[in-house]
Amino acid sequence: MSILEQVKNKFSQLEVNEKNPKRIYLNADNETAKAVVLYLFHDLKARLSTITGLDSRPGVELLYHLAVDSEAKVITVRTLVAKPELLIASVTPEIPAAEWVEREIAEMLGVKFTGHPNLATLLLPDDWPAGVYPLRKQTFESKQELKEIEN
Amino acid sequence: MAKETMIPIGPYHPLLEEPEFFKFYVEGEKIVDAEVRVGYNHRGVEKISEGKTFDQATFVVERICGICSTSHPFAYVRAVEDISGIVLPERAEYIRTIIGDLERIHSHLLWVGLAGHFIGYNTVFMWAWKYREPVLDMFEIISGNRNHYNMFKVGGVRRDIKETDVPGLLKAIDDVERFCGMLLKAVIDDPVIKARLKNVGILKKEDAIAMGVVGPVARASGIPIDVRKDHPYAAYDRVNFERIVMDGGDVFNKAAIRLLECIESTKIIRQCLKQMPAGPIDAAVREVGVGEGIGQHEAPRGECIHYVRSNGSNYPERHKIRAPSFMNVPSFKLTVIGESIADAALITAAVDPCYCCTERMAIVDRESDRVLLTGEEMVRLSQAKTEKLKQKCLY
Repeated sequence: MSILEQVKNKFSQLEVNEKNPKRIYLNADNETAKAVVLYLFHDLKARLSTITGLDSRPGVELLYHLAVDSEAKVITVRTLVAKPELLIASVTPEIPAAEWVEREIAEMLGVKFTGHPNLATLLLPDDWPAGVYPLRKQTFESKQELKEIEN
Repeated sequence: MAKETMIPIGPYHPLLEEPEFFKFYVEGEKIVDAEVRVGYNHRGVEKISEGKTFDQATFVVERICGICSTSHPFAYVRAVEDISGIVLPERAEYIRTIIGDLERIHSHLLWVGLAGHFIGYNTVFMWAWKYREPVLDMFEIISGNRNHYNMFKVGGVRRDIKETDVPGLLKAIDDVERFCGMLLKAVIDDPVIKARLKNVGILKKEDAIAMGVVGPVARASGIPIDVRKDHPYAAYDRVNFERIVMDGGDVFNKAAIRLLECIESTKIIRQCLKQMPAGPIDAAVREVGVGEGIGQHEAPRGECIHYVRSNGSNYPERHKIRAPSFMNVPSFKLTVIGESIADAALITAAVDPCYCCTERMAIVDRESDRVLLTGEEMVRLSQAKTEKLKQKCLY
């Protein structure tokens, strides 16, 4: 049974989009997404390549890219972390490989990963202002706000 | 309790995409803890790329890394082609393969040379860089530049490999193959190198899987992953080559894997040059389309992965870049604890993050901030250890 079929059997409510045989996208809510990622990583031995964070109007989209080397596929689990709380459970306690990836998303997009062991600054300078996230599509509401942050 | 001393390494090294700042905590000679801090050269390429057209972004990502400058464009153009399923002319696929593997040779030889220098084998350093030089010359002949070749574009390659360039290319890779074979024999037979590199900085297989390491670091720990084999792309499924895997996980294995991979790369290039059909080198893409795509490439340091989303405009809506060192560097903490400080330079280098860092090593006494050991001292310490082993082996 292929890995995708196993995932489909276990999580029947998943929305599956097979773009082509090599690239599969799964849409899920936050909790299911974490369960799918853990299932793929621990039980099906997929490799967590990276996580992409993407800012949009309703929230930050997270895409967990898992490489399935035995079947030449990349399975992407997509979930939307809703604004303004931007809270999602971290996968780092179960998958150490995600530690830096989640730290990067936390500082670049402001997603708060609950249960992450160390969300200290990774890439941005130590004196970077709090609450400014460089990869957000719109960081400042107005010039006034920008000035306030700069001061 | 013995007094703990902190040794800072870094943070600046201008060579690579990820300057790091290592802090080693030592008791006597033994490393008891380590910290890594990165981001000193963070340039926000992902954000810059969002403001460039799909064509311009190729040039931006080429500047991420100076050593493996083709790996990011390779992954990026594949991601963009994945959006709307662009099919490439066959000749372009072959040229991409040749460029990708020529780069692997020059990057691995650079590493071998520096590793040789760290352990006090300066002859290895001189020789490795001597044979790396013709490879760079070939890049200049093919693309006009020794680094940053700008060979890639969405839908193909920018320049063809001319018939007249082929003999020079063949000679360069013949020399590399001979040299790697010779060095490999020397490395495997030399009792000093064995004593110096074996069982140093071991990364266990289960740790390697948990940390998600890629490339030679993963393959040295017995994880058989290679994007070229597992997710065939370009012309890699049309040539024969071996997947090099070892299970020791130590510095010796990492060195041997890099040398053996150079030999495999020469085989790939030779087959490509032979099989390469004539024809166009560009699919003349007019439009990228709406959607998202993922592109992978096996860079010299491991899997490089790019994610691009297009909303139908000329600019990517989001461009995510993940360099292989981003996965490999965090693993080094597991390899370095419990080792002696004389091996730190070598173990740090074995991950192949960057070398210049070691030039900036200094041991600082935590209490007084007085510099006790400089970068040269660290290398000298490492070389002295080799010398000691040499004496033991010879007499």
